[in-house]
Amino acid sequence: MRAAVIQFPGSNCDRDMAVAIRDITGADTSLVWHRESVLPTGLDLIAIPGGFSYGDYLRSGAMAARSPVMQAVIAAAGRGVPVLGVCNGFQILTEAGLLPGALMRNAGIRFVCRTVGLTVENSQSMFTSGYSAGEKIHIPVAHHDGNFFADDATLDRLEGEGRIAFRYAEPVNGSARNIAGVLNDAGNVLGMMPHPERMIEAIQGGSDGRRLFEGLIREIA
Amino acid sequence: MKTRIFVTLKNGVLDPQGKAIHHAIEGLGFSGVQDVRAGRLIEIEHEPGLSKADLESMCTKLLANMVIENFEIEQA
Repeated sequence: MRAAVIQFPGSNCDRDMAVAIRDITGADTSLVWHRESVLPTGLDLIAIPGGFSYGDYLRSGAMAARSPVMQAVIAAAGRGVPVLGVCNGFQILTEAGLLPGALMRNAGIRFVCRTVGLTVENSQSMFTSGYSAGEKIHIPVAHHDGNFFADDATLDRLEGEGRIAFRYAEPVNGSARNIAGVLNDAGNVLGMMPHPERMIEAIQGGSDGRRLFEGLIREIA
Repeated sequence: MKTRIFVTLKNGVLDPQGKAIHHAIEGLGFSGVQDVRAGRLIEIEHEPGLSKADLESMCTKLLANMVIENFEIEQA
C-alpha cells in the first residue's frame, strides 16, 4: 500500500498524519510538497493534513486549494483514489470543490481545541467501516473555522445519500445539523474537522481515531 | 487603474464576525445599530486593458467562495 500526505506552507499535522498512516496501515508513506504537479504513482491513499496553510489568508484553505498539487489530487479523486482531508484538509477539499459546502468561522467566534464526542452516522463508507453506525466516539478538534455551511437542499441531499460520516454529539462550532464530516458522492473523499490521527494510542488519551485507518486499510487491501 | 472588489456573505448565511462586531459596538455604548455584516474589500491595481470578464473570473475562481459569498466589482 502506498500513501501520500500533502504538505502546504503552514501545514502542521502532516507528520502526525504520516506517522498514523505508516504505523497503522504499514503503507509506504511519502510527504508531497504542494508545488509538485505530479503525485507518486500507484497511490492507495492521499491525505490532506491539518494546519493553517498560507496562514488562512483570504479564507481557510482557499490558497492551498489552488496550488499545483491539488489539480493532481482532484484528478486522482476522480479516478477513485481515496482522499482523506482533516481539519484544514477538509477546508481545502471544500475550497477545491471536491466536497460540498463551506467551513465558516466558528459560531462562538473562538478557536475550539478539545476532545469532542462524535456520532458515527454512516459505517458503510471505506473510511468508517471500522465503526458501527450510531456509535459514539471521542476525537479532538482544534479549529477556528469549522462551522459547516451548506444550503438546505444540499444538506437534505447529503442526509438522504448517507454522506454525513460523523456528527458532533453536541454543538461545537455552529455547524449545520452538527455535521463534523462529509463524504463525496462516490464515497472516496472524506473531509472531517476532528483529528483521528491525534487519537491512535492510549498515551494520546484514546484510540478512537485508530479504527478509521484500520477500517480504511481493510477496504483498500 | 484600480478596481475595488467587495466580497460579502450571501443573505441567509450567518455571520458570527458581524455579530461579534455588533456586540462590541453596543458595548461601547452606541445604540440604534440593528445589524452588522462583515465583508472584505480587495483592491486590485491593473492595466486598463484587463477585462471585466477576467475580473469576474478572478472573483468566482478565487476571491469569493460562491457557496457562501457574493461579490461586487467597482471600477474607478
